[in-house]
Amino acid sequence: MRPLTEEETKTLFEKLARYVGKNITHLIDRPDEPHCFRLHEEKVYYVGETTMKKAAGINRDHLLSFGTCFGKFTKTRKFRLHITALDYLAQYSKYKVWVKPNGEMPFLYGNHVVKAHIGRITEDTPEHQGVVIYNMADNPIGFGTTARSTVEIRRLDPTAIVVFHQSDVGEYLRDENTLF
Amino acid sequence: MGRKSNNKQGVPQDLATEKVKAVPTPAPVPTPTPTKSAPKGKTAKPTPTQAKKSVQEAKPVKAAAPTPTQGPSKSKGRATKNAPPPEPESEVSDDDSLLPSDDEYLSGSEAEQTGGKQLLWDDVDSDADSVGADEFDGASDSELEDSDGDISSGDDDEDADKGDFVTRARRETKRLLKEAAMSQAELEESAMQTNIEDADGDPHLFLDDAENDEESEGADLATVNARIRDVVQILDNFKAMRDPQRSRADYVARLLKDMALYYGYNDYMIEKLFELFPVSEAVEFFEANEIQRPVIIRTNTLRTRKRELAQALIARGVNLEPVGKWSKVGLQIFESPVPVGATPEYLAGHYMIQAASSFLPVMALAPSEHEKVLDMCAAPGGKTTYLASLMKNTGFVLANDANKDRQKALVANIHRLGIHNTAVANYDGREYPKVMGSFDRVLLDAPCSGTGVISKDPSVKVNKSEQDFRMLTRLQKELILAAIDSTNAKSTTGGGYLVYSTCSVTVDENEAVVDYALRKRPNVKLVDTGLDFGQAGFTAFKGQTFLPTLNLTKRYYPHTHNMDGFFVAKFKKISNTIEATQQQSTKNGKK
Repeated sequence: MRPLTEEETKTLFEKLARYVGKNITHLIDRPDEPHCFRLHEEKVYYVGETTMKKAAGINRDHLLSFGTCFGKFTKTRKFRLHITALDYLAQYSKYKVWVKPNGEMPFLYGNHVVKAHIGRITEDTPEHQGVVIYNMADNPIGFGTTARSTVEIRRLDPTAIVVFHQSDVGEYLRDENTLF
Repeated sequence: MGRKSNNKQGVPQDLATEKVKAVPTPAPVPTPTPTKSAPKGKTAKPTPTQAKKSVQEAKPVKAAAPTPTQGPSKSKGRATKNAPPPEPESEVSDDDSLLPSDDEYLSGSEAEQTGGKQLLWDDVDSDADSVGADEFDGASDSELEDSDGDISSGDDDEDADKGDFVTRARRETKRLLKEAAMSQAELEESAMQTNIEDADGDPHLFLDDAENDEESEGADLATVNARIRDVVQILDNFKAMRDPQRSRADYVARLLKDMALYYGYNDYMIEKLFELFPVSEAVEFFEANEIQRPVIIRTNTLRTRKRELAQALIARGVNLEPVGKWSKVGLQIFESPVPVGATPEYLAGHYMIQAASSFLPVMALAPSEHEKVLDMCAAPGGKTTYLASLMKNTGFVLANDANKDRQKALVANIHRLGIHNTAVANYDGREYPKVMGSFDRVLLDAPCSGTGVISKDPSVKVNKSEQDFRMLTRLQKELILAAIDSTNAKSTTGGGYLVYSTCSVTVDENEAVVDYALRKRPNVKLVDTGLDFGQAGFTAFKGQTFLPTLNLTKRYYPHTHNMDGFFVAKFKKISNTIEATQQQSTKNGKK
């Protein structure tokens, strides 16, 4: 476990900012307890300081996880967000998309969101913007990137893809062996 | 599963032992083999038909069996026809029946009683007597032939005589099967038939080993089941119903053999589990192990509320109900059109599928916020996540497990349920407290033989041996000491507690381990678990005596509580040094 280098922090924050925008400051300045990002085996964990200090006492070969895993650095040093970060993304996200019940399962199986399945969408969402996807009961079920802006979506036909799938909670079942 | 089915989860009724004896047992589990499920529906007491049938079938065996006094050429009859279910009065005839010479002159009624008895007996003496009783009753000559191993048509005639349709149909089928299976010379075949009849028609209680082999291959589970019921009845009312020639041990041995065959356990396991219960309760226990426990989900209070979750699931067509007063977060699923482990609510971490029994150790441990808690054997995380949600994501939970493969599920569950205060470590539990110590609370759900969860994993029935138990108990003893040493007696949060639990019902893995820990670490004492149901642990078992405080531990059984067999013990650590408290605790012990 070690703190992130400047380079890594920059990559991570750029990625996070795509979803939470300026709210990223809330991740760092928390009223309850200072939180920090830590790198462990190429994975980035977001963790409260007390938990972090205690987990630091565990030999790294035996430490598997602590706090919340946000994602990992690829071999090319890009950052890839994991579904496990959804909790915080949903809390601070600026742009949201709600899918109707009939679009819920297709999305949870890893498909893109088509226009017919959109229940609601945040006004003035730009193109290629990171969005968190909710079901109509307001539970976050994944995240993705918009293919079109809100304005353009109105003119699309129902089968057109509106949000590109990036990650969904179905991965807890599908990718359990590779994700953790 | 119907909504009102009586397998409702919760604090159960007291065990009604009568049920086992007199009432038809409900078929426990839909088994693919018709032979197995069919008999279970039958009454515990053999009906007259049954008795008749089995006596009838038994004939050839007896006749063929080498009897010292009578040759195999006796005819049979009356006893067969009128054999009543075993009744207490049959005892009256015992003395007579044991004297072979008298048997030949038995009056009709005596013969009847002997017939009833016959159902149970299998040794040479009673053979002789039944045959003798039959002698003057020339009801069927054909049987005579049959018993001589003479001709194959004997059965049909006999059956027709009796008019016992069921028996005949059964035999017909059996024969057809046989014929299909083996294309042999007719003579051979008829000889074969006699053999098989020997095996399945055997109503005997006592067999020697050679016969036993035969039995396990071709045995008719109906007969075995009926015999189990009979022996249980006798053992429950031993004085009145026993055969004075037989000791209790004989009956028990017979019962164990039958149960091992019927329920598919190995000899070691059946004995180990049998000795935990009174006889009729043991049968209930084995019966309960054939039935699946209800599916229970635990609401993740970090994400949702029980009512909301219930509404969301009902909207998906799931039929559910709260588990009962003992848990505010448990819901029992009766039926569901969708897989409960893959609904969007599940994936969003609103609930965890978790056996009812695994709520218990966490409830007993009762962690509070801002504590430092260790879960020593955490995977797959049901208890860990429950701990963390009780602590409202504050403080620190260390989830440890020795098995790296199972930890993927643990990490996944922790993240899915939105737990943030947890670190996952992969150590052997025995390395604590070297890794990290002074926890406010420690949960040790020790690796165990799994004798409480046989319904989930039936392989336990056959793949555990004495050696496994020795290794497991040793590991458990080492783990519990490590857990005690990792607990901080001077906890500032009002902690200093350790909960030891297993999903096993054997005494070796539970009371014996706890007793060992108490003796080895006088700085801990047992305290009440805070669980208001469950049976008290044993304070003495098979000549071992444990400390009297062992009655503060709690046991749970599948047949009484409709949850997995489980054991929970809660310790309070009084001091961090072992020696300092030695004297004090012995004083306490005396008080």
